Amino acid sequence: MARITMIEAIRDAIDLMMARDDKVVVFGEDVGYFGGVFRCTDGLQRKYGRTRCFDTPISETGIVGVAIGMGAYGLRPVCEIQFADYVYPAYDQIVSEAARLRYRSAGEFTSPLTIRMPCGGGIFGGQTHSQSPEACFTHVSGLKTVIPSNPYDAKGLLISAIEDDDPVIFLEPKRLYNGPFSGHHDQPVVPWSRHPLSEVPDEYYAIELGKAAIRREGAAVTVIAYGTMVHVAEAAAAETGIDAEIIDLRTLIPLDTDTIEQSVRKTGRCVILHEATRTSGFGAELSAQVQERCFHHLEAPILRVTGWDTPYPHAQEWDYFPGPARVGRALKAVMEA
Amino acid sequence: MSDPVPPPIVAPSTTPPLSLHVPEPAVRPGGKPDFSHVRVPEAGTVRRPPLDVAAADIRDLAYTIIRVLNREGRAVGDWAGSLDADGLRRGLRAMIKTRAFDARMLMAQRQGKTSFYMQSTGEEAIACAFQLALEPGDMNFPTYRQQGLLIAQDWPLVDMMCQIFSNEKDRLGGRQLPIMYSARDAGFFSISGNLGTQYVQAVGWAMASAIRGDTRVAAAWIGDGSTAESDFHSALVFASVYRPPVILNIVNNQWAISTSQAIAGGENATFAARAHGYGIPSLRVDGNDYLAVHAAARWAIDRARRNLGPTLIEWVTYRVAAHSTSDDPSKYRPKEESDAWPLGDPVERLKNHLIGIGEWSDERHAQARAEIDQEVLDAAREAERHGTLHTGPKPSAKAMFEGVYKDMPKHLREQRRELGV
Repeated sequence: MARITMIEAIRDAIDLMMARDDKVVVFGEDVGYFGGVFRCTDGLQRKYGRTRCFDTPISETGIVGVAIGMGAYGLRPVCEIQFADYVYPAYDQIVSEAARLRYRSAGEFTSPLTIRMPCGGGIFGGQTHSQSPEACFTHVSGLKTVIPSNPYDAKGLLISAIEDDDPVIFLEPKRLYNGPFSGHHDQPVVPWSRHPLSEVPDEYYAIELGKAAIRREGAAVTVIAYGTMVHVAEAAAAETGIDAEIIDLRTLIPLDTDTIEQSVRKTGRCVILHEATRTSGFGAELSAQVQERCFHHLEAPILRVTGWDTPYPHAQEWDYFPGPARVGRALKAVMEA
Repeated sequence: MSDPVPPPIVAPSTTPPLSLHVPEPAVRPGGKPDFSHVRVPEAGTVRRPPLDVAAADIRDLAYTIIRVLNREGRAVGDWAGSLDADGLRRGLRAMIKTRAFDARMLMAQRQGKTSFYMQSTGEEAIACAFQLALEPGDMNFPTYRQQGLLIAQDWPLVDMMCQIFSNEKDRLGGRQLPIMYSARDAGFFSISGNLGTQYVQAVGWAMASAIRGDTRVAAAWIGDGSTAESDFHSALVFASVYRPPVILNIVNNQWAISTSQAIAGGENATFAARAHGYGIPSLRVDGNDYLAVHAAARWAIDRARRNLGPTLIEWVTYRVAAHSTSDDPSKYRPKEESDAWPLGDPVERLKNHLIGIGEWSDERHAQARAEIDQEVLDAAREAERHGTLHTGPKPSAKAMFEGVYKDMPKHLREQRRELGV
């Protein structure tokens, strides 16, 4: 089996779906001829032609707005927002339109869209290329929100997202595009080829949305993470020697509360990780779910390790990013509580 | 401590101080209505260009008003003749029915049978004539004031009313505000209620039609006020770039609730002229002239269907009624303003034309009105039998949780259980 990067896995999924279903159309800024600024759509215009894969004006409102119209017509649009930080002009189209169209029309019209966007930090992108806006989408009824942490999941989840008949926000942690990232920014970059989850079958496979994966089994504490933070959690567990059970959510909505509940009931402790700002972040929802479902099993307060409630800074990136040292301190704190 | 307001920079003596321009309508309540700023050309004086005309060759058509019916009610000029007498009578009946429907539903709201209603009084020609120029399979992306699109194609009034009453037969299950219909089979996209969003979606639908090699066209609808939304400009950019088969309609009814069209930028240029920067052919049409609306709609629809690309049309009209049942226009415009509107009433104008050509009479008109009033009343009675907002059967609380997603996820099943339904 080939070992590939997250970029190649994403491209592979889109390519496969374009071949299987001629109603799949792909577009966004720089997506066509050039193949995307991260190369996720490289070669697709050459292969499928300009009416199936094309460049758009720099208008996120327009990209999502026309995608909704195409979806209502019967196509299956896969559009790219160049950076998640740029999605806000499209927010009204996503929240008021795509997310509610099925509901408000009693199923007459639907929005089978996949809206891809690179998210997260770790690339010195400053405040306009580093944000993690997942909570802006998980708060909206009618949307599904997906965030893979490795090439194998990226392909299987993206195939499911494209096949899904509801709008899916597909967040791609850009620091993971070319390799896993433990948060040790001072260490050499590790390529995906050394990671077992870069082994990706050539053929079609789907990973069901709404199912978490346990990346590391453990008995001491449950760590709930997604995207880049899965790898940071693994590093922190290894470095502290704490027997953490690491859950990779993969899909935020629908949320796999069964896996979370089962794990926390077993460990009695819980640490929640995300890169996004803390207040009203998705971690707050996770924390509430855990205490509602597992209160009597908890032996320590639930802790969150997150980005700070500031805009994402440039020079201070590594003071901002919730790296393995901070995660390790939280693991120790819940064990000592 | 709050940030101090910077002190004014002392201007050199040659430069007078700046001042901000905030547009005001010509007249406010108590004043004499004044439409002197609306320049109305004689009917029949504006040319009808060939379908494949270049946008640059008809720029003047965005600054005039295409009119067919003259003061004597005769159809004159290049744009006349798109309909025979049967077509005209069908249009007249559609407009009468739309007006009767509005009157009945306004009364129903006043009687507490629903929470909200919006009339289209004075604008009936635009939706009715446009719809009757479309083909089955085409798709409108309407605003909340295009009920005529459904009524003109004889879509069941009872279904519309059941939606307005949010009753047990509401096809939308009570989820949507009254009048936010959805009727896919009638080429009527789900109305959002968030203004302007549908405009760019129509462009996307039309792009899809072109991508698939289809022959269907889309019609986007927006009001003068909402042209200020970014969705409008996104729609024009995408329509300009990909040239999809879409008609970009702007219904300029002079008022966005209490703000005049000047606050949307109508003081400096026509809304039709906005197409020029995007290289999109544009027309400005008398929206109260049924024949002009039908002819211009047919022109733009034919262009779209022949792959000649988008057309923008500004329909010049006047919102005679309140914005909605929650609005009182006497607070912001003279009560007599609609009487002074220079383009007249669309129903009266078409009626007079038909009488003038010997195809209609006052007696037939009175008879048609009586028949239609009865039809609307019968429909209302039937709809009320299925419940009104506060009395009678209505959609179940259980149904509230359905249709958020194709398949109900666990968290919604849990919440439904929590409500105990």
